[in-house]
Amino acid sequence: MSTATRQLDELIGREYRHGFVTTLETDTVPRGLNEEVIRMISARKHEPHFMLEWRLKAFRHWFTMREPQWANIHHPPIDYQNISYYSAPRSGKDGPRSLSDLDPELLRTYEKLGIPLKEQEVLAGVAVDAVFDSVSVATTFKEKLAELGIIFCPFSEAVQKHPELVQQYLGSVVPYTDNFFATLNSAVFSDGSFCYIPPGVRCPMELSTYFRINERNTGQFERTLIIADKGAYVSYLEGCTAPMRDENQLHAAVVELVALEDAQIKYATVQNWYPGDKEGKGGIYNFVTKRGECRGANSHISWTRVETGSAITWKYPSVVLLGDNSVGEFYSVALTNHHQQADTGTKMTHVGRNTRSTVLSKGISAGYGQNTYRGLIKVLPGAENARNYTQCDSLLLGEQCGAHTMPYIEVRNPTAQVEHEASTSRIGEDQLFYCTQRGIAPEEAVSMIVSGFCKAVFQNLPMEFAVEAQKLLGVSLEGSTG
Amino acid sequence: MLSIMNLHAGINGKDILRGIDLEVRAGEVHAIMGPNGSGKSTLAQLLAGRDGYQVTAGSVRYLEQDLLTMPAEERARAGIFLAFQYPVEIPGVSNALFLKTALNSIRKQQGLSELDAMDFLQLLRDKMKLLRMDELLLPRAVNEGFSGGEKKRNEVLQMAVLEPKLAILDETDSGLDIDALKIVADGVNGMRDPQRAIVLVTHYQRLLEFIVPDVVHVLSQGRIVRSGKADLARELEQRGYGWVEEQHPARKAA
Ligand SMILES: Nc1ncnc2c1ncn2[C@@H]1O[C@H](COP(=O)(O)OP(=O)(O)O)[C@@H](O)[C@H]1O
Ligand SMILES: [Mg+2]
Repeated sequence: MSTATRQLDELIGREYRHGFVTTLETDTVPRGLNEEVIRMISARKHEPHFMLEWRLKAFRHWFTMREPQWANIHHPPIDYQNISYYSAPRSGKDGPRSLSDLDPELLRTYEKLGIPLKEQEVLAGVAVDAVFDSVSVATTFKEKLAELGIIFCPFSEAVQKHPELVQQYLGSVVPYTDNFFATLNSAVFSDGSFCYIPPGVRCPMELSTYFRINERNTGQFERTLIIADKGAYVSYLEGCTAPMRDENQLHAAVVELVALEDAQIKYATVQNWYPGDKEGKGGIYNFVTKRGECRGANSHISWTRVETGSAITWKYPSVVLLGDNSVGEFYSVALTNHHQQADTGTKMTHVGRNTRSTVLSKGISAGYGQNTYRGLIKVLPGAENARNYTQCDSLLLGEQCGAHTMPYIEVRNPTAQVEHEASTSRIGEDQLFYCTQRGIAPEEAVSMIVSGFCKAVFQNLPMEFAVEAQKLLGVSLEGSTG
Repeated sequence: MLSIMNLHAGINGKDILRGIDLEVRAGEVHAIMGPNGSGKSTLAQLLAGRDGYQVTAGSVRYLEQDLLTMPAEERARAGIFLAFQYPVEIPGVSNALFLKTALNSIRKQQGLSELDAMDFLQLLRDKMKLLRMDELLLPRAVNEGFSGGEKKRNEVLQMAVLEPKLAILDETDSGLDIDALKIVADGVNGMRDPQRAIVLVTHYQRLLEFIVPDVVHVLSQGRIVRSGKADLARELEQRGYGWVEEQHPARKAA
């Protein structure tokens, strides 16, 4: 192995920075999954009857399903009876009413993660909802948003206060029968974020949720539902971390987005779950179903995500383009290092006329990482003049890693135009030497090259997140001169 | 400043440099000429710190340091600059950012403060004007889609911004038309300084009409077979490289 390759390996061999455990008193249900557990979760959350019914239907359906085997990932079987499906920090009352009710230990945890929960310290223009293990612990800026009629609150609170909205939209994009993990989530989901933007309202700040798995042997099954009513606009950010543990932890989330006529939703994720150690021990299994529906004409949904975490990622944020002239976008950076495996991509389903979709996927593989892009572009018979452009680029750092691209295209309307481009490149010793010869340290050089590779995706992130995303990849922000 | 003694080096088991002796002092301009494959680029890249060469004998000292033990970035920060024969493309990284990162890395080493964006941009604009470069090249990705001439000029721009102590230019003249050649030569001449040494690696003597060197060396099969004044270059041009090689038949056979 040449020195340059060795340097690369050292550089990307950095330790996970968010891997601490917080000691809190928690209320955790015993491991295992049965109807009793589901009734218990629903009861703890004082849910209306329709929720319990929905969970039970999902649970009964789940028992008839098998784990999907088609993805290009490998892991020992998951023992679903050895996971606890609910864990909440114990606080005197049923739940924290305001930030001052929060356990100071918890606030410190979020501070350590760099997520300020005190409203006065919150990044200008970002409202934060924080989900710790299973429950939502704080939502900032709630009042300010309420003045505009925007609802942004923990899912469990929405179930209490806005049951009609929840009942109308829950499962309307991802039905409880959708797939093994989504069905499991529907049965046991504990909390998440809910967001509703009323007609014609442009949400004035970024909405943000931070998820953290803390408790040992718990799964996290959060559920996010975002509805942009006619002509509404919202930009939403999601961030995730977890402690370092030797066991694998399961994360099976569902995110549903609904955009009505002329509405726009931008959903960005910076996912940094614990990926496991260098030998591939521990780490999060991340099996997530994310789907958006452009229901109305001229609606617009975009997914942007930067993922560096998880032992295994199985995730395909998709858009169903129902409304005429609706637009779906997917911008993605996925990094796999050490023994991480990612099988990710997107699905764009064109139903309405003149629908357009863009897919830009950047995969970075290092160490023994395996990165698979799997994308489906589907054009239904009614989708006159549908357009899709897909570009998948892979960057390899080192000799042992792999990149795989699996595009699937199904076109059932002759007027459709579907374009696909793919490339694979390797950080070359030439590039590295060119940088170091100019005085740039090798680690900075790698960061810069990787960041350059991802630039087209980072441009779609809100500024604060772009900074975080670049830091995540260990890179410095492109200067203002660029 | 630079003192190379009996340097033997190769790559992948192939001997390329076979006993180089070279002494370069501050303020001097040296030209290294030689036919294709004689080892000019190998020497230049080895001095600049590229990995992968095996040094089998000899030593290189630079400003009282053992150059060969220093990694490339330390050599650069100590003032060594190589204008690449084939400049490398870095997609997505703007030319301006690249150069700013480089400059600040070097300044940091020298105990200077980082230049902020405004000061840097001003510096860059001034240097670009001298080289008659289009400012539109700044936000573009490093060397990506640049024409051959633009790439070469970009190398000279980097040199002008980084102000090295020892600049090695590897065939910076090749692929330039006569106007561009003059501009580049002006740029290099503007860098001549009693504190700075310049080593021009070139295949043709054309460049040396515009940048008159103090010393000319002829490299052949990994050895300096002849050194002389500027007129050696002209003589070479007339007689061809065969002429010097004929004069050293014993070495050629070696
Ligand atoms: N990486 C390499 N592996 C094997 N041979 C090489 C390598 N790099 C250069 N060479 C050989 O070394 C010799 C000198 O090359 P080079 O220094 O590029 O010559 P010049 O710049 O004078 O044209 C050539 O014969 C070339 O083929
Ligand atoms: Mg050469």
